[in-house]
Amino acid sequence: MPTLVIAFVTVATLALAAPARAQISDGVVKIGVLNDQSGPYADITGPGSVTAARMAVEDFGAAKKNLKVEVIAADHQNKPDVGSSIARQWFDAEKVDVIVDVPTSSVALAINQVTRDKGKAFLVSGAAASDLTGKACSPNTIHWTYDTWALAHGTGSAIVKTGGDTWFFLTADYAFGHALERDTEQVVLKAGGKVLGKVRHPFPTSDFSSFLLQAQASKAKIIGLANAGADTINAIKQASEFGIVRGGQNLAGLLVFISDVHALGLEKAQGLILTEAFYWDQNDATRSWAKKFAERQRNAMPTMVQAGVYSAVLHYLKAVEQLKSDDGTKVIAKMKEMPTDDSLFGKGTVRADGRKIHPMYLYEVKKPSESKGPWDYYKLRATIPADQAFRPLNEGECPLVKK
Amino acid sequence: MTVFGIPTQALFGQLLIGLINGAFYALLSLGLSVIFGLLNIINFSHGAQYMMGAFVAYFALQWAGLGYWWSLLLAPIVVGLIGMTIERTMLKRLYHLDHLYGLLLTFGCALVIEGVFRHEFGSSGLPYTMPAALTGGYNLGFMFLPTYRAWVIVFSLVVCLGTWYVIEQTKLGSYLRAATENPALVQAFGINVPRMITLTYGFGVALAALAGVLAAPIYQVNPLMGSNIIIVVFAIVVIGGMGSIMGSIVTGFGLGMIEGLTKVFYPEASNTVIFVIMALVLLVRPTGLFGRAS
Repeated sequence: MPTLVIAFVTVATLALAAPARAQISDGVVKIGVLNDQSGPYADITGPGSVTAARMAVEDFGAAKKNLKVEVIAADHQNKPDVGSSIARQWFDAEKVDVIVDVPTSSVALAINQVTRDKGKAFLVSGAAASDLTGKACSPNTIHWTYDTWALAHGTGSAIVKTGGDTWFFLTADYAFGHALERDTEQVVLKAGGKVLGKVRHPFPTSDFSSFLLQAQASKAKIIGLANAGADTINAIKQASEFGIVRGGQNLAGLLVFISDVHALGLEKAQGLILTEAFYWDQNDATRSWAKKFAERQRNAMPTMVQAGVYSAVLHYLKAVEQLKSDDGTKVIAKMKEMPTDDSLFGKGTVRADGRKIHPMYLYEVKKPSESKGPWDYYKLRATIPADQAFRPLNEGECPLVKK
Repeated sequence: MTVFGIPTQALFGQLLIGLINGAFYALLSLGLSVIFGLLNIINFSHGAQYMMGAFVAYFALQWAGLGYWWSLLLAPIVVGLIGMTIERTMLKRLYHLDHLYGLLLTFGCALVIEGVFRHEFGSSGLPYTMPAALTGGYNLGFMFLPTYRAWVIVFSLVVCLGTWYVIEQTKLGSYLRAATENPALVQAFGINVPRMITLTYGFGVALAALAGVLAAPIYQVNPLMGSNIIIVVFAIVVIGGMGSIMGSIVTGFGLGMIEGLTKVFYPEASNTVIFVIMALVLLVRPTGLFGRAS
């Protein structure tokens, strides 16, 4: 087994050691970034999320404020058992106060429970399943960047509105894929559309030809890809090989990140409609942050997940500063109380069920001729206002929400 | 007409797709079998070498402007040479030890190689364009067959059968097989056995690189592409009988088709079906379907 903790970075150290504050457990706020460092989701989350967390600690000015903050990271290999055992070790032995990121919904759901049992804090940016603020919601968890409901209502509705009323789903066979398929199916049915079939493929899968053939045979107008990362890339690439689009069917990538578009190239990705919470080229603030990020991350622009990690860590540290404590349950309660404000996501709020609220954006991938160069990939089709972007509070069946 | 609720037309399509995936399995398990059968090394870096083949194709196109056809020639040579360097400098020292040491060494090499590529190129992969001559496809009535996939089947079959012929039917092959049985005696006949072993390892590795070039236009050129496929390929080699050349070719294609059918009837199990078959085969025939008891 590779060593579990692959990076251990002291981010802020005090030049003059200040006396430890009694309220901060063991004098250090310890942030654990837990994600896929080496597998199919490593470019979406991975080392980039660690960089984003470090940038948040720097921009917060922890050193100046006499707050000692450390960022550590580990690879959960997209396995719930590996993830929860790292989380337990972090909380019990390494005095980690908050776990952030955690892509792969099955792992996130497991850590959601561990964090709750230990009374610590959990800030989800990478995982998508809307269950994290639904049936599985917890007083110790905030779901920051996006979720399957938002994707389904962003991309899904946009496609149904333009006439895509019969669907066939290619679904990654685990919690995330199931949640994304379920939320999208609801949107399709509600709009009067039909689901003609679905196939659950193992995660990860590299060859989609068999599944694409089944989708082709269904004659559905839209093939919904309820998967992510390398799976989505391979499915899109092979769909063009099998002449799916030429045959009159269209692909709906329900979760596509900018790193996926970069990997596919505009030739293959052009015309895809996708929902994002963040795009580096939104305004001056996002551009300047993304530039700093790219300098530290092999010139890759940040994904919305990585931007979300930055925003979440920043808000967390603000709450710790106000509260003068790093007690998990209390900090999460404080974070829900305080309005959020940062340069990437603007002003926002955190709801009682743990859902962070901000606008979402519907983008279309540019044609090669429209792009000015690498990473210039999106054009804005619509902004989904904050109050419509996420599932209404009373529909999530979250036990924390009083009816 | 339907079979278990699936139209036979669709079933033909799925069998054909299975055959295409089987072509990759066969090519990769063939290289493994050659190396195991003749060197007694369990080459765990085979997946990494497959990945390197695809990357050589990518580099050749990006840096030197050499297209797909050149890569088919170039990648096996480059990666084969790297393989031979590994054999000369490291593997050679392990021949007198248990299989396990070779396995650990090649596994370690694979982790290092994949780690370096992942660090440099990320995990989403790089695009590789299909050669213009192989784009498009044929409408077979029951399915649309991309030209490139047809090419993969034909090319892989030719390479597999060619390799089988050389090893089982020619003089060179008989030297190789003899050197496995009794290297000292073969050396006494004036044949340079160490050099032959190095070349054989290089050849096995070159087959992996060739499969990598074939895969580049279909999948992303991705640092992880080898680790995704290598475990399945090992299962195929075990099912076919470790070291059996024909065994790995036949089981490669056969299991590709079985996997293809699983994707229709019970897609959730398509990643596991090969391992279930492996367990069953090992219970009934511990030496594999085509293996000879030693």
